[in-house]
Amino acid sequence: MSFLIEVLLGGLLAGVMYSLVAIGFVLIYKASGVFNFAQGSMVLFAALTFVSLLERGVPFALALAITLLAMLVLALLIERLVLQHLVNRPPITLFMATLGLSYIIEGGAQVLWGSQVHGLELGIDDVPLEVGPLLLSQFDLFAAATAGVLVALLSLLFSRTRIGLSLRAVADDPLAALAVGVRLRRMWAIVWAVAGFVGLVAGLLWGARLGVQFSLSLIVLKALPVLIIGGFTSIGGAIVGGLLIGASEKLAEVYIGPLVGGGIENWFPYVLALGFLLVRPAGLFGERAIERV
Amino acid sequence: MFYLESGQFSTAYRQDRRLFRLRQERLALWLTVLAAYTVVPWLGNDYWFSAILIPFLVLSLAGLGLNLLTGYAGQLSLGSAAFMAVGAFATYNLLLRLPGLPLLAGIGLGGLVAAAVGVLVGLPSGRIKGFYLLVSTLAAQFFVQWVLTKFSWFSNDSASGVITAPPLLLAGQDFSSPLGRYLLTLSVVLPLVLLARNLLHSELGRYWMAVRDMDTAAAVIGIPVFKAKLLAFAISSFILGVAGALWAFTYLGTVEPHGFDLNRSFQVLFIIIIGGMGSILGNFLGAAFIVLLPVALSVLSGVYFADWLPSGQLENLQKIIFGALIIVFLIKEPDGLARLWQQARARLRVWPLRY
Repeated sequence: MSFLIEVLLGGLLAGVMYSLVAIGFVLIYKASGVFNFAQGSMVLFAALTFVSLLERGVPFALALAITLLAMLVLALLIERLVLQHLVNRPPITLFMATLGLSYIIEGGAQVLWGSQVHGLELGIDDVPLEVGPLLLSQFDLFAAATAGVLVALLSLLFSRTRIGLSLRAVADDPLAALAVGVRLRRMWAIVWAVAGFVGLVAGLLWGARLGVQFSLSLIVLKALPVLIIGGFTSIGGAIVGGLLIGASEKLAEVYIGPLVGGGIENWFPYVLALGFLLVRPAGLFGERAIERV
Repeated sequence: MFYLESGQFSTAYRQDRRLFRLRQERLALWLTVLAAYTVVPWLGNDYWFSAILIPFLVLSLAGLGLNLLTGYAGQLSLGSAAFMAVGAFATYNLLLRLPGLPLLAGIGLGGLVAAAVGVLVGLPSGRIKGFYLLVSTLAAQFFVQWVLTKFSWFSNDSASGVITAPPLLLAGQDFSSPLGRYLLTLSVVLPLVLLARNLLHSELGRYWMAVRDMDTAAAVIGIPVFKAKLLAFAISSFILGVAGALWAFTYLGTVEPHGFDLNRSFQVLFIIIIGGMGSILGNFLGAAFIVLLPVALSVLSGVYFADWLPSGQLENLQKIIFGALIIVFLIKEPDGLARLWQQARARLRVWPLRY
């Protein structure tokens, strides 16, 4: 029994890591309706920049600041060079533009910083922590706490600041927001920068876990089912989706995996998400689109 | 002047329904086909056949398959490579386990197996729309790859799932030389392209476009939306399956499941973005672009940047250029290279005048 609970908790905590990537998605989708496939490469770019700075002897805090600045510049560039020219295009076009974007960011990050694997040490021991009869990874707990803080910060941003108010207005109705004087383009840049910040946090945690390398950008594929279960427009949904995926993935790995020869973690989340979608076509917390002819 | 349509009237319904209504287009088509069968084999060498022309043809076909689904029926898919893999491995197994099965029949049946898988993947499209549908095709992408690597039955118990093409015998003739493989590929691709063109002019093709433009509206005017979507998945997967079989047998010769990973799906998607969504010519233009760009880049970098560019960086540079091109195309020419041809045709029509 305690094994089951341990697997379950381990899965839930791993799921939080997926949520971190998915939150970046949700932010951008809500504010600009862009399905941002480049979130994974933004995670990679942030982590790679940070690690490379650290390795060149830049102190931790300064490296963090520089990386944040880099993400901000990246967001501005994306807004200026890509999004601005694609206003009012169908969502599928925007999605494909972010595919191109992810190629550029991935390639650029590797041209800039090289493609070898970097280790990242955040100063958290990955020794298992005993809680009663259970063994929990200390690192996972730290990650979960970070995610909690991040979500709290984001909800403060959305509910307590002027920027948050504007962002909610844009998410609600871009045209109406524009009409009452919200600067739409600036809001897009801001939301991409915030998504970049979320990407940085995710990149640091994932990088510390897996090593900072190219495959980091592939976690976008882990975040997709999370996003789809939660719905594209809900941060809470991203968290719940992450927990669901994390827990069921671990359980499936332990209990179903051996029956079919293992390696199911690549496709299992997608099949699970598909199951959820068949019941709720817009995810658990997504807005149901109302279509008029 | 070269493209004058005046004086070409349809005097019978049969003429009105033909695939290419303009005399010039028919002439151009026949000349292209003729050239592909006579001049190209005469001019080309082995390198051109096996490194450029065959992948070009196969990728055009794959692009056509995805274009039917995404460009015409509006269903976004990131699982093209999975259908290609199903086609390739199904053909391999059919030829292996049914001795005496003709090669072309094997490829066709392999395509049908891919179509069946396609229908299965397309089933959720009745309920799920837009980006949420990505999950269905991505599930197929990962699941198919997993099945093919995990269960060695599919690759006849070879190590790591590698399959090797059987001898390409057709009516007693051996088509294993580069020229033979080129001719074989061409002879499979051409009829399928004509079939697709025909299909798009049919009722089903109109259904697809209506569903793409707005499926709620399509349902309101009585179009069987779900059936149209499923047929789009089936036919698209059939074509992708055939393309996968050709990719494995006539282009590479040996292939492993890993050769049909997500990157291959992206490659096919890029073909239709660059070439033009909802255009048949676009598939060929896009495939030519995708095949020739890496060649051109490596030649260029060999000449110009060889001194200061580390070899590993070339791949990254290619990635950046690819990404940038996609964005530029989406911004400047959302209808792709096919649109450039349309503009050229419009100019030709009035040449030598300006308008």
